[in-house]
Amino acid sequence: MILHDLISFEVLRLIWWVLLGVLLIGFALTDGFDMGVGALLPFVGQTDVERRVVINTIGPVWEGNQVWFILGGGAIFAAWPPLYAVSFSGFYLAMFAILAALILRPVGFKYRSKRDSAKWRSSWDWALFVGGAAPALLFGVAVGNVLLGVPFHLTEDLMPMYDGTFYGKFLGLLRPFALLCGVVSLSMLIMHGAAWLSVKTKGMVAFRAQRIGTVAGMIAAAGYALAGLWLAFGIDGFHITSEIVTDGPSNPLFKEVLHEGSWLIAYTERPWILIAPILGFVGIFMAVRGLREGFEVSTFLWSKLAILGVISSVGLTMFPFILPSTVDPRSSLTVWDSSSSHLTLFVMLVATVIFLPIILAYTAWVYKVLWGKVTEDDVNRSHSAY
Amino acid sequence: MELDVVELSRLQFAMTALYHFLFVPLTLGLSILVAIMETVYVMTGRPIWRQMTKFWGTLFGINFVLGVATGITMEFQFGMNWSYYSHYVGDIFGAPLAVEGLMAFFLEATFVGLFFFGWDKLSRVAHCIVAWLVAIGSNFSALWILIANGWMVNPVGAEFNPETMRMEMTNFFDVVFNEVAQAKFVHTVSAGYITASIFVLGVSAWYMLKGRHVELARRSISVAASFGLAASLSVVVLGDESGYSASHTQKMKLAAIEAMWETEPAPAHFTLIGFPDQEARETHYAVHIPWVMGLIGTRSLTQEIPGIAELVEESEARIRSGMLAYDDLMTIREQRDATPEAVRASFEARSSDLGYAMLLKRYVDDPREATEEQIKMAADDTVPGVAPLFWSFRIMVGLGFSFIALTGLFFVLSNFRRGDYPRWALTLAVAWIPLPWIAAEMGWIVAEYGRQPWTVDGILPTALSASHLSVGDLLFTLAGFALFYTVLFIVEMGLMLKYIRKGPQEDVEETETWMQRHEHRLRTHDGKGPFADVPAE
Repeated sequence: MILHDLISFEVLRLIWWVLLGVLLIGFALTDGFDMGVGALLPFVGQTDVERRVVINTIGPVWEGNQVWFILGGGAIFAAWPPLYAVSFSGFYLAMFAILAALILRPVGFKYRSKRDSAKWRSSWDWALFVGGAAPALLFGVAVGNVLLGVPFHLTEDLMPMYDGTFYGKFLGLLRPFALLCGVVSLSMLIMHGAAWLSVKTKGMVAFRAQRIGTVAGMIAAAGYALAGLWLAFGIDGFHITSEIVTDGPSNPLFKEVLHEGSWLIAYTERPWILIAPILGFVGIFMAVRGLREGFEVSTFLWSKLAILGVISSVGLTMFPFILPSTVDPRSSLTVWDSSSSHLTLFVMLVATVIFLPIILAYTAWVYKVLWGKVTEDDVNRSHSAY
Repeated sequence: MELDVVELSRLQFAMTALYHFLFVPLTLGLSILVAIMETVYVMTGRPIWRQMTKFWGTLFGINFVLGVATGITMEFQFGMNWSYYSHYVGDIFGAPLAVEGLMAFFLEATFVGLFFFGWDKLSRVAHCIVAWLVAIGSNFSALWILIANGWMVNPVGAEFNPETMRMEMTNFFDVVFNEVAQAKFVHTVSAGYITASIFVLGVSAWYMLKGRHVELARRSISVAASFGLAASLSVVVLGDESGYSASHTQKMKLAAIEAMWETEPAPAHFTLIGFPDQEARETHYAVHIPWVMGLIGTRSLTQEIPGIAELVEESEARIRSGMLAYDDLMTIREQRDATPEAVRASFEARSSDLGYAMLLKRYVDDPREATEEQIKMAADDTVPGVAPLFWSFRIMVGLGFSFIALTGLFFVLSNFRRGDYPRWALTLAVAWIPLPWIAAEMGWIVAEYGRQPWTVDGILPTALSASHLSVGDLLFTLAGFALFYTVLFIVEMGLMLKYIRKGPQEDVEETETWMQRHEHRLRTHDGKGPFADVPAE
């Protein structure tokens, strides 16, 4: 097969770096509001019917939304195998916690209202709270750790090894900066969930969601600004010092890396990337304003733009790094040395170009069919409601 | 077995995979049965078929959600617990997993919500299409997962790249149309269809024994019996196809399943039963059927099937060749672009044996320094545990034949003695409900345990594939999964039983009215088949 030579290795790596971002952002935009709604559930719903209304706003769509996470995992495996290998085993116990939370969630949706007992239902409500809040927090913590760098190195056989005593030990991940990132992520997704609820519900539920969402949005903006300052003054970035080979073999050990200077140098080298943090701030600001004023659809759209801005600002700041190593900077994974082969990237691109538009089309159709507010009446009337 | 990270990782993977597969087969089959029922509803307009769709759909939903939830673990566990494996073969193995997400899992997960929530929001035809999309999505999902799994057994379309220290894809179509993967796919989905058919058959039989929901049960039985019979025949035929392809792609697994210690003159006999003894390399009290193994394995009377002893000798030769390949690899790594052409050529000639040298890494860091004794031990390692394979295979096959008998019996009863099921047959059907799960789990043990000591046959040993974790990490997550999964299992079983006991809850009045209106016709119908008895609304 020579078809894959149509697109150069370098360009394919760039495309897959963008697609990695698309998948993570797609996950945060869709499953993100599910997590936000889960975190809001015990607070915006005071009675059983109210809680059922909240759950049923995401009841029909969470399964589809969650596939963004699965697909994200699959795509990282296929397009960035070293990243898949190093990050998931490195964040071992955090991954386990995320999996446990994410397993609780679907089960909670489906099983909560299948029994009448109040105790049964309130237990599942708190399970749903954990299933929403914990991953939202932990994903942010993971991103914070990636910015700080992770203590791993690769052997000559490219086997990932973890150094230091804390690695794989969950508590070691909870460094102050990483926790701050976790707070940003959690509050941003709560805001996103609140924006969803103001579209899909009315009355007290929507009112409470808007009130909590407003506060969450403010916390997110403050935390995001603080994280930016911290990056500017308190955290060392990573920079490649050897010649950059963009179409070489995927072997991270073929380069030299220095762990000093700020990540934010990227903004002097590529000023246009400022657009990402600006979008983040403007999006949060407009979403908060929408929540206060009681706007519905526009608030949700601004909230989406906020997430797009915040997540892409991380990727753009770190480029070309994907996962830096603190103990052996040379082992750091970058766009140019931790991808799949030329052929695999091409095959996967073809599959994505064919299927992603189809997925977006039928997902949009499903949301259209389900359009409209969920009311207490709907929940009481329908047999199939959760 | 000592409790090191590799063994614990294997245990965890086996546990989570076998647990995941408690839910998958029912999803595969029930999604199709439900879609068939809804199709009958759309075509005839009879409310009872809608009631059936919703009732079995509810049970499908309870099961589906755990299949999805436990599937999340599977997608991430390769990276979490098998990081060197993920690095070494991710270039090939990751692709079908990602395509599965793109093509199949998105489809089933997006539409399954609409299936449950869309009854009032969609037209009949549109809702029926949604049901089929869920079924198609689930089954395509199985296809891509088994393409990935099949590649681990028969790693085609890939070669080793010394500069990136991993396998890289050379031909995507070879990976997709891998004969092992295709046989596995049909065999596995058929097993899912049997599971669902026997589940529907058993639950319906229970209703008939209790005299409840008889009309729903009768119709469900007739659908499940014919679908189940077709699936049982397919599973045995495709199991045979797997056996045939195993004879040239997985010789060691086949020899171990048959406890065939020495090569026999063709055509080899089939050992019906016996007690394999791995130490002594012989099978005690064996009962043989002449010729059968040779016919299944080679479809000829003259070709030999190699025995375990011969295969161990082959492995030893490949280990020695792999050691030379490893030596060349080290030269290439040191000299990179300056490597002499002769070394590269010599490496390429032997790179397919490199994995065999990796078997030595269990005993010595540098395979080139292995002693004669270590080479012998590594060669012996290529024999998987014979007795577990021998037994799980025989249990699986025995159950497979029992499914043909059971579904065949109900197929005959539903077509020729409609409505008149003897109590013993109904009781038998209820008792048979758990057995397809046992057969399916045995199937996975044969497939995965039989591939040992490799994660990817001939390429990467299991002992080398695991992540750099501590025993403590593993014990923690293993206990966590065990506890968590046990609770979920109890909750799931509780809800399943509750909803089976409750019976159909929806469209009850509508169905009753329709029943009464056509009572006369229903009572006098005369075996023209379930679809032809009563006029549509």
